[in-house]
Amino acid sequence: MVQVLWRGRGGQGAFTAARMLGAAYISGGGGRFALAFPSFGPERRGAPMSAFTKLSGAPIHARNEIRAPDFTVYLDGTLFTAPSETGVTLVNSPHPVKGAVTVDAWRIAADHKLPTPNTAMLGALAALLDEIAPEETERGVASVLPPRLLARNLDAVSAAREELRSRGPLPRERSEVLP
Amino acid sequence: MSGREFLSGNDAFAIGVCLARPRVISAYPITPQTVVVERLSEMAENGSLDVDFIHVESEHSALSCAIGASAAGVRTFTATSSQGLLYMAECLPYASGGRFPIVMMNANRSIALPWNIYGDQSDSLSQLASGWIQAYAQDAQEALDLALMSFYIAEHPKVSTPYMVNLDGFHLTHTYEVVDIPDDSLADEFLPPYRTDAGIDFNAPKNMAFSAGPGHNAAFKYRQHAAMLRVRDVVTEAEARFAGIFGRRYSGLTEAYMTGDADYIIVTLGAVSGLCRDAADALRARGVKAGVLRIRYMRPFPGDEIARELRGAKAAAVLEKDISVGNAGAVFTETAGVTDTPLSNYIGGLGGEDIAEADILEIFDDLRAGRGGVRFLGIKERIDEESR
Repeated sequence: MVQVLWRGRGGQGAFTAARMLGAAYISGGGGRFALAFPSFGPERRGAPMSAFTKLSGAPIHARNEIRAPDFTVYLDGTLFTAPSETGVTLVNSPHPVKGAVTVDAWRIAADHKLPTPNTAMLGALAALLDEIAPEETERGVASVLPPRLLARNLDAVSAAREELRSRGPLPRERSEVLP
Repeated sequence: MSGREFLSGNDAFAIGVCLARPRVISAYPITPQTVVVERLSEMAENGSLDVDFIHVESEHSALSCAIGASAAGVRTFTATSSQGLLYMAECLPYASGGRFPIVMMNANRSIALPWNIYGDQSDSLSQLASGWIQAYAQDAQEALDLALMSFYIAEHPKVSTPYMVNLDGFHLTHTYEVVDIPDDSLADEFLPPYRTDAGIDFNAPKNMAFSAGPGHNAAFKYRQHAAMLRVRDVVTEAEARFAGIFGRRYSGLTEAYMTGDADYIIVTLGAVSGLCRDAADALRARGVKAGVLRIRYMRPFPGDEIARELRGAKAAAVLEKDISVGNAGAVFTETAGVTDTPLSNYIGGLGGEDIAEADILEIFDDLRAGRGGVRFLGIKERIDEESR
């Protein structure tokens, strides 16, 4: 099982990204299962929130929150305090962050005239995830977004993915980021 | 829409209701049920569902309208949650005593105070005596399938009783997962249009929803009780028919997981059941004979099934998301009445509190250590100490 913890602020599209990731993974065939859910509660724009995605090659029974994520994704760099104690941490930041992989998702979003960093962060995460092929990520995004928003978001996904790929070998384990 | 989709429990349930082709829906939105009402009103608006959608000003009116529509002899649906269910409480026994086979989805949510929109089962478990069939889904697929089966069972001539399908708020209503959406022609094959000669008919007037004094009242209640007890057989019939058409098989009023040789069993209901099964798997790998009994129906109460599955176990615990303040959880109280197996009670998940696998493992540890009583997950003090 691959468990992804998303951290963001209400309105940045963290839960939407969590859903896209699950939809992307299951689009790869009948033997794939996923759960995606938000930290439950009243939706408040700007308030810190979490979302969760679980991916597995077998049906997933546990619906509880993720305690030991394989990947922790900060859509909002201001929420980041320290790398997760488990897995790889990915932070939306224009500057290097100790112990984390970074991507400047606000810049990529702006380049594509998008108000939210979620699809850029999804693209960056997809670069780290061997489980999901680029065309599956595209299907996941397309299954959630209305057609009029699709092209710009798919471009943001690709831009973030290519930016990370261009850096060479990408970490899969925490030890590869934090010696 | 058919095939394999990534949907929330609310989305899946709304599609199931659409496939059942109700003629009247009256509902009032309330978190976390709102998406069901939104989806169905969109379907009514865009014509994909041919239904009279009645927008009402309250839950009391939602169920009152549903009773009227059902009295006219048409397939009728409503949905609610929490305070909404309590607000329609006066109408619940009207619907069941009048034998109106309405289907209602209830998104299980905490009841105030403290005010809270998150999931627990306090709302529906407070209404066990209302005369409604009560089922509890554990995932979105079962929710969709229950949307179809609930109409079949409620409207069955041997039953004619309203049916409440419960989905754990957020853990089920707002969690996206893989759902297989049946083809609508198969849904039609499973669930033919509702036909009854018990509806309002100007050519054959009859008395409905009447009063009955001391001379007759008990006879009506006895018949209502007998009809509820017949639900067990009709569930078996509906599930066999469902499996024949859709290939998915359900297990009646309960679902037993490795209870046959189990020393320690957790009895529970709803979306937390899967986590309990994972914990039982982990314990089995360590040589502990753990099992899980999921209650799928609280009404009719599966007393025979529970007694059978718990027989031979050294100890069992009921894990539920409600507390009947001053006694214990409602599911525990009912379960204790049908088994001699030592039984303890864990109240967890209140107001949306996350239940972790460590919590479930701790319950099994307590069972092995012989600890009993009524305990609240995550609260260390004991009631007896506190009350001194």
